[in-house]
Amino acid sequence: MKRFKLAGLVGLFLPLAQVTYAEPLIWGFQAEQFEYRAMDGEDAFVWDFDALVGSDELKFIWRSEAELGLTSEDFEKLENQARLQFPVSTFFDAVIGAYADTPDGAPNRYAGVVGIKGLAPQWFEIDADLFVSENPFFRFEAEYEALLTNRLILTPNIEVNLPLKDDAARDRGAGGAVVEIGARLSYDVVDRAFSPYIGVNYEAALGDTKDRIRASGGDTDAFAIVIGTRLMF
Amino acid sequence: MRLFKAKRSALSETALGSSQHLAAGLSRRQFGLTAAAALAMPTVLRAHGSPKITSKGTYDITVDRVRIDTGNFRKMGVGYNKSQIPTVLRFKEGEEVTINVTNNLRESTSIHWHGLVLPFRQDGVPGISFNGIAPGETFTYRFPIQQAGTYWFHSHSGFQEPDGAYGAIVIEPRGGERVRANRDYVVQLADKHPHPGSRIMRNLKRMPDYYNRSQRTLQTLIEDSRQDSLKAALKDRGMWGRMRMMPTDIEDVQGFTPLINGQSTSQNWTGLFRPGEKIRLRIVNSSAMTYFDMRIPGLRMTVVQADGNDVRPVTVDELRVAVAETYDVIVQPRENKVYSIIAESMGRTALVRGTLSPKDGYAGAVPPLRPRPLLTMADMGGMMGGMDMGDHVMQNAGGMQDMTAMDHANMEPAESSGMQSMDHSQMQTPDQPAMDGMAPSDMNNTGTPAMQGMDHAGMTMEDGADLFYAPGSGLTPKAYNGGKFLSYTDLRAARPLYRHRAPSRTIELRLTGNMERYIWSINGVKYDDADPIVLTYGERVRIRFINETMMAHPMHLHGMWSMVETGQGARNPIKHTVSVQPGVTTDIEVEVDAPGQWAFHCHLSYHADGGMFRKVVVRGRPA
Repeated sequence: MKRFKLAGLVGLFLPLAQVTYAEPLIWGFQAEQFEYRAMDGEDAFVWDFDALVGSDELKFIWRSEAELGLTSEDFEKLENQARLQFPVSTFFDAVIGAYADTPDGAPNRYAGVVGIKGLAPQWFEIDADLFVSENPFFRFEAEYEALLTNRLILTPNIEVNLPLKDDAARDRGAGGAVVEIGARLSYDVVDRAFSPYIGVNYEAALGDTKDRIRASGGDTDAFAIVIGTRLMF
Repeated sequence: MRLFKAKRSALSETALGSSQHLAAGLSRRQFGLTAAAALAMPTVLRAHGSPKITSKGTYDITVDRVRIDTGNFRKMGVGYNKSQIPTVLRFKEGEEVTINVTNNLRESTSIHWHGLVLPFRQDGVPGISFNGIAPGETFTYRFPIQQAGTYWFHSHSGFQEPDGAYGAIVIEPRGGERVRANRDYVVQLADKHPHPGSRIMRNLKRMPDYYNRSQRTLQTLIEDSRQDSLKAALKDRGMWGRMRMMPTDIEDVQGFTPLINGQSTSQNWTGLFRPGEKIRLRIVNSSAMTYFDMRIPGLRMTVVQADGNDVRPVTVDELRVAVAETYDVIVQPRENKVYSIIAESMGRTALVRGTLSPKDGYAGAVPPLRPRPLLTMADMGGMMGGMDMGDHVMQNAGGMQDMTAMDHANMEPAESSGMQSMDHSQMQTPDQPAMDGMAPSDMNNTGTPAMQGMDHAGMTMEDGADLFYAPGSGLTPKAYNGGKFLSYTDLRAARPLYRHRAPSRTIELRLTGNMERYIWSINGVKYDDADPIVLTYGERVRIRFINETMMAHPMHLHGMWSMVETGQGARNPIKHTVSVQPGVTTDIEVEVDAPGQWAFHCHLSYHADGGMFRKVVVRGRPA
């Protein structure tokens, strides 16, 4: 009943939504990782954020994940996704989208995305996405926020990237997962908008992927001390 | 509190005399009509149409962007008459008021006269009663005042009300106040938050626990492990975690500074008195989201009115004021000392202290916050029964499945006797003539077998617990001094407005929601997707609220009175806002005597905006 102003804007994004009585637009920016990684080799700057706009019924999300080598100034990783997310159950949304991975010094990869995102029992935040292309892979992410106090929060997370086919140009072998685990200890300084953290992050390639990376002379695992901040506004 | 400086026309209130208005008052208001009249117009005693006008008054209100200073923080907000101190409008019953509302904002506004009985075009809900008041425009409301008591007014546009657009209304009865008091103060409560309403809503939508800083942590896990055992503490957490619900989910929006009449504890609103005087406090909860428990340590409060309607006096030590409710209490401090008026939030995250003092410049003591309550499995009672599993997106259906799968015997409720008292056999239905008028079928059509034991008010528990809370609820209030805490069952209408009769039908409204998505709905459908509720002029309907969420919802029907079923028949309290606690079913009856279309919603701002809202259309009109 309340706001008509945004009706048109909502209508642009949300052909599915009834706009007779537009509810307030939901929008915002949320970075789970925005950090400096101190590593054995080259230090890096890493971000992982979602920018979203939409409604209860449909949200558009721009998801960006990147790792910038601070000596080479090369992007080791530069992923951008355009995702549409809509509810399919009480706690889960379905996702469809498009994915572009455009790092420096490696061939670009583009894919369609199909996945789910939601909250599993015992408060695990889950993302599970299938990236569909000539070089398909599956990605699973889980995160848990352990409240040490109401502001001091320990967040362990795990991400598994599982190539479903060989991708020789990117040193990926089918079934050879790349696993990343981390834990970050954050403190909510300003609401939940600014929550600086310190933590650790460990990345390792397994199986055929590990062999391929080793053969091409790369590191098959990397341990990092991280310092950064969560952002939400 | 600043008295609103109104231009009042000189038309006399006395010239038209006591005899005339007495007659009018009797015929329209009184309960004992003659049989003939009752036959002629059996349905509605309070017909609208030509109320007795005894005076006229003109009032001007500006809606302004104001700087709000709570002592803890400053922010820009909305206020009436350029002030963060709420405006008080003082009317007289029988007065025809003309209210010029000038919108100095850069966005559309509106004023809803909360609790006033008036033509629906004057009700001030954009999109339902009118188109709103455009920026720069002056809109003139004009309506007769057909009632007396304490009410309030607020914007019904966007988040202007949480941002500060609220004020109070005091209406003097024809023939003067019925309760004699030497002093008369409005005590208007608010939960002022540093964030603007639109941002709060956005944050809640993306992270429903954004403002919950009372969550269980490692610390509380250690404490609970010491108290019980680590196993029990983990099991309890596992149970809540499986349902993805939080026992701390009592106040969605924490981090506010509570205010009395626009003033925080440090700003210390003060009411003066001389020892021995009777003081009337008109308590209005104008919060966006917060229920307040009110007490004045050292004084008992005699409740004489609820939601503008006189009740038979009942003396209590503490009372809970749901969002949008009003209570008038009389206190009589006999000692020459300073008393604290304490309004403490239901979730115990904040309190505000005001002062009653024989002299200016004193401040009452500020007590510490009491321990924060936790919800119990009893508060989840509503989620166990009769829920429509169809709409998984809207409902916490996953939680329900888990609930039904749960082995109750293994549950170890933290500290409460909750599960035992949920044994329905312990509840007793007293013989109550009040329920006689009800068709037996009315009693059984709830469709919620799990709720059968609690599906109608008027039941008593052996231990005398408040029946408007689920047995074993973590929210059941206790007075600060172990004394009397007001319950709806204590409220008895002093003068019933309508002849008591059986309702023609029952409308079931399940209060539903999905906390994780911060979607709020009725019968699983949010406002955007819902058809209006259609009522017929002249009928009396029973509305059954079945709270299937874990939060309390203050339900406000515009335009018509809500008579809460407390088992007291014609003496059921007459309210405009009815709090429905988690896991509880509460019935109201409504005499449909107001043609037009009206809003009907949960008065928690972000729940209403999230979709717990309906349009009510009244078909037909007086013959």
